[in-house]
Amino acid sequence: MRHAARLLPLLAFAGALGVWWLVKWAFGWQAFILPSPGEVAQALWRQRSFLPEHAWVTLLETLEGFLLAIVVGVALAVAIAYSRTLERSIYPLLVALNAVPKLALAPILVLWMGFGAGPKVVMVVLLCVFPIVLSTATGLKSTAPELDELIRSLTASELQAFRKVRVPAALPHVFVGLKVGISLAVIGAVIGEFVGATHGLGYVIVASGQNADTTLAFASIAVLAALSVALFYLLVALERLLIPWARHEQG
Amino acid sequence: MGSAGVRIRIDGVSQQFAAGRHRSPTQALDGISLDVHEDEFVTLVGRSGCGKSTLLRIVAGLLKPTAGRVEIDGVAVTGPRRDVSFVFQRPALLPWRSVIENVLLPVEILGLDKQEYGRRAHDLLELVGLEGFARSSPWELSGGMQQRVALCRALVANPRILLMDEPFAALDALTREDLSLELQRIWTEYRKTILFVTHSIEEAVLLADRVAVMSPRPGRLVKIVGVDLPRPRSLGESRRSEELHRRSAELHELLFAREAA
Ligand SMILES: Nc1ncnc2c1ncn2[C@@H]1O[C@H](COP(=O)(O)OP(=O)(O)OP(=O)(O)O)[C@@H](O)[C@H]1O
Ligand SMILES: [Mg+2]
Repeated sequence: MRHAARLLPLLAFAGALGVWWLVKWAFGWQAFILPSPGEVAQALWRQRSFLPEHAWVTLLETLEGFLLAIVVGVALAVAIAYSRTLERSIYPLLVALNAVPKLALAPILVLWMGFGAGPKVVMVVLLCVFPIVLSTATGLKSTAPELDELIRSLTASELQAFRKVRVPAALPHVFVGLKVGISLAVIGAVIGEFVGATHGLGYVIVASGQNADTTLAFASIAVLAALSVALFYLLVALERLLIPWARHEQG
Repeated sequence: MGSAGVRIRIDGVSQQFAAGRHRSPTQALDGISLDVHEDEFVTLVGRSGCGKSTLLRIVAGLLKPTAGRVEIDGVAVTGPRRDVSFVFQRPALLPWRSVIENVLLPVEILGLDKQEYGRRAHDLLELVGLEGFARSSPWELSGGMQQRVALCRALVANPRILLMDEPFAALDALTREDLSLELQRIWTEYRKTILFVTHSIEEAVLLADRVAVMSPRPGRLVKIVGVDLPRPRSLGESRRSEELHRRSAELHELLFAREAA
């Protein structure tokens, strides 16, 4: 059973590669339309010092933006969870902000902040802050009623209740938001790089498109996907480490 | 205990819950008056929905009654007090803390001496037979063991009053009887004033100095029955169990007679 569970994702991956290869073969497309998995693998090998260099730039932007989004998001969530007034005023604003197509903001950010890392980091924050705020606020507000009464009956101060009960009880929710957020964060960094950049995987993709080097574009996308998956599972590992009890709750 | 004073005075307490969207207003409690004396063990029985939990939450200061007042040692209750402990129907343990850390939660919150009370916490765990589980996590324990931990947590800060809301309701009959005996032992050893809610008449008679019987809709106090049997009591001992069963049967009749009337 356990072995099968581990094998399944690998099988699915191999299946997807097979379909990809079949499609290319059936239509007889050339590499500049659709490279084969083998050609992409070769490009990855050829560019083994070039791609990591750019991946590193994208990774830094992603992480900076993600950390900033956590700081901002958690602060907003605490405000929302503790004040009805703030909830009523901030919340619709956040929803509206989230509804704006972020891609449309990218050129404006470049205009304001130039071609450095700044606009990319801001784009990352814009994309991933919403799920973080939402999940953290939900977590802080959904303390189990019995724990709520317990902490009240113990004459705890609001600060004690926050530190000893509300925050730990919110952690499983927070991680849901973080796991949604990290994938969006990578996307945010790439969007930022599409519009105006001289480094990063997003820049490589745009540049290789202009040179009709589709194989390199695909290689960059593959690295990007690997990056995103790695970050996601890093969070899953962190979650297991920090809140081992979440898997056992409500047995 | 002739000079024993009144520890908890419940004086004409009524509770009305406002109408909700799909619910007419509920008169949960109607003019309840009851005195609980120092070191007395009083049980509250009545069928589901008669307002037992509501009354207990009012005594704990978790809920403000719409009429009447509660005094503890002559002081009106306006909120939770440091010398009153609540044991809930569910253990309500914090899953991110070990057993011993759960027991010590009140010590942290009340800012008591960790060393002194740490020793006390270990003594209590030993008393309920959980000395080997101090470092375990709550989810590694059975429901009965968790409820024992909750009991230790309620006792650790040495409260003078214990309010217990069907603490053993979720347990099987054998574990229940185990814990009943433990609770009686704790009560005789540490001398506490206990107000204990249950819907089991047998449990009420087994534990109490006095049984307060409630009737539903609106919640009223129907009768208070004294139980002057020697302790510790257990349903297993035939000589005393006969007497216990007789009292239980009387109360059964009382509760059903009210329904018929
Ligand atoms: N927060 C509340 N809002 C509205 N109605 C409530 C609330 N709490 C309790 N009630 C109502 O008050 C009545 C008494 O409830 P309570 O929980 O005190 O009963 P109980 O005797 O403890 O019952 P049980 O044995 O099932 O626990 C019920 O009719 C219930 O619907
Ligand atoms: Mg109840």
